[in-house]
Amino acid sequence: MSSSNGNLLEVRNLRTYFDTEDGEVKAVDGISFQLKRGETLGIVGESGSGKSVTNLSIIRLIPNPPGRVVSGRVMFDGIDILSLKEGEVRKIRGRRIAMIFQDPMTSLNPFMKISRQMMEVTELHLGHTRARAYEHAIKMLETVGIPDARARVDNYPHEFSGGMRQRVMIAMALSCEPELLIADEPTTALDVTIQAQILELIKKLKQVTGTSVILITHDLGVVAGMTDHLIVMYAGKVFEQASTSELFAQPGNPYTKGLLRSVPDPLKEQGELYQIPGLPPDVAHLPPGCPFAPRCQRAEEICQREFPPFVQLNPEHFSLCHFAREVYEESEGAVPARNGHV
Amino acid sequence: MPVPQMNEDRPTIAGDFEKPETGGVIAGTSLWRAAWRRLLKNRLAVFGMIVVAIITVASLFGPFVIKKLTGITPDFIPSDVTLLRSIPPLTAPDGSFSWTHPMGTDNQGRDVLARVLQGGQISLMVGIIATLVSLLIGVSYGATAGYLGGRIDNLMMRAVDVLYSLPYIIIVIVLLAVFKSQTARGQVVLLFIALGSVSWLTMARIVRGQVLSLKNQEFVLAARATGVSTPRIIFRHIVPNTLGPVIVYATLTIPTVMLTEAFLSFLGFGVQPPLASWGSLATDGIQNIGIFPWQLVFPGVTMALTLFSLNFLGDGLRDALDPQGSRR
Repeated sequence: MSSSNGNLLEVRNLRTYFDTEDGEVKAVDGISFQLKRGETLGIVGESGSGKSVTNLSIIRLIPNPPGRVVSGRVMFDGIDILSLKEGEVRKIRGRRIAMIFQDPMTSLNPFMKISRQMMEVTELHLGHTRARAYEHAIKMLETVGIPDARARVDNYPHEFSGGMRQRVMIAMALSCEPELLIADEPTTALDVTIQAQILELIKKLKQVTGTSVILITHDLGVVAGMTDHLIVMYAGKVFEQASTSELFAQPGNPYTKGLLRSVPDPLKEQGELYQIPGLPPDVAHLPPGCPFAPRCQRAEEICQREFPPFVQLNPEHFSLCHFAREVYEESEGAVPARNGHV
Repeated sequence: MPVPQMNEDRPTIAGDFEKPETGGVIAGTSLWRAAWRRLLKNRLAVFGMIVVAIITVASLFGPFVIKKLTGITPDFIPSDVTLLRSIPPLTAPDGSFSWTHPMGTDNQGRDVLARVLQGGQISLMVGIIATLVSLLIGVSYGATAGYLGGRIDNLMMRAVDVLYSLPYIIIVIVLLAVFKSQTARGQVVLLFIALGSVSWLTMARIVRGQVLSLKNQEFVLAARATGVSTPRIIFRHIVPNTLGPVIVYATLTIPTVMLTEAFLSFLGFGVQPPLASWGSLATDGIQNIGIFPWQLVFPGVTMALTLFSLNFLGDGLRDALDPQGSRR
């Protein structure tokens, strides 16, 4: 409710629905989490599980219509973001909460020089003069490891490679020293070597600036080394929520277990790679019971019928499952998996 | 068509982090410069550009030059009664060869070349002003409607539909009739207003369509996520991205408007003497087509050449600004 308990961001019971021809789609349905200053939160889930919508809701960028935040509270440093006026939210965006997007190829304006795009942010929020903003842009590009930044700052985006563009995006996002950085699949569109560099960069800059980070990804390998806490989302709901180490070591949800099992281990000759059977559900037509039940190996009759409870397994570990406790105890001592895709 | 920046990008992907010092040899190649280079490779477009440039310069300065050389102004009517007749091109009043009237004279003995050049001033100006109006009003109107979307978009575009459904020629005629101006110059200004007021409709639709597809691109979301205000997003981030089609359409609007002006002048609603436009000159010329063909041929050919050239230029611009399309 306030920042006194050290939480920079508190999301409570957030629901974002979209009105479509198929009816109401509950893209995000009752999500709660907290983020402390300087911490990193990972949000993991398959495509369409509501990861991105959650974060767009936080800075009120849900296209309306068709989308709308139905209920919930987003408290950022004691400010109730959802009740702010549009102009006030705009002052927070880019200044205190910054975002990086998935595809660096399309998230820079192709008709504007890198310098112009970067200067726009600091001129807007920090009141920089042109000259000062220009120098700041160069400094930021150097910070994110663009070689020869002074010469390249006046290039156009198409003259940068994908990895460099993502660096530019990061430089732009961090140029006002935001308190919260939301990275929406920042490495998905990049090849693996660049992925590692970008993640390393985010990690390094986070340590330097003390920025809190929300890292959205479908790649468990990405979150493993980066985050303090994890949220596993499925069909717009939080399926499991725990500290990263605990979630990897002792998952309390069949879905999380499935995800971890489907990560390839390069050190082991595994034969055929495990995959969770079936497809993610159609969020517009969810069954009354557990949305994962049709794909779940341990599903019983109750799972089809009744919506599962959100079970607290220990002070920091929650799981949405009828059998959360059993799964949790079963997975004790299991070997944690490492990197790979969901 | 070669796209050099693709190749320049390759090595940086591999060695991004420990990239050796390159000394900043990669100068900023804007999309515009690349498009310009492609345009220069298109012969027809270059031809069009040169012709348009020549005709524009000739129309702007030609009348002064002629006045300096021969003392003839476009509306100069000789006081000598024997000269009040149409003299063929390159002929002196006595029938011998002469450079005084390279395109002959019209029924009142006015120099056709001077009148064609002066007509060019007005014809080009009509085209350019109507196009500027369509750029200013059409682009901002269409971009606003497209970006805001929803009910506002609906309202704004229905207004355009209504204006569209009215036959523009009638609007123009009514405008000219209601605000009937006594002077020839006033008439021209009315013509500008009339043509400008209808010429932006198509532009608004084109821009709106472009904006609809652009506004969902990630860079717009990224701009919103950095707190940029809506007008700034529309005019600084989105509109520059629509400029390709806008420029092409604007280039193709000039000849269309010039034709419309000629048509109106032909009907007698356009430019009145002593001012001239290519359309009004052609109207005068057509009455004597059997006896004094040069009165029609010279303004007609000049106009046709200009229209051709502008169309070539427009096509060339389209290919240059849309490289994917031209590679098909």
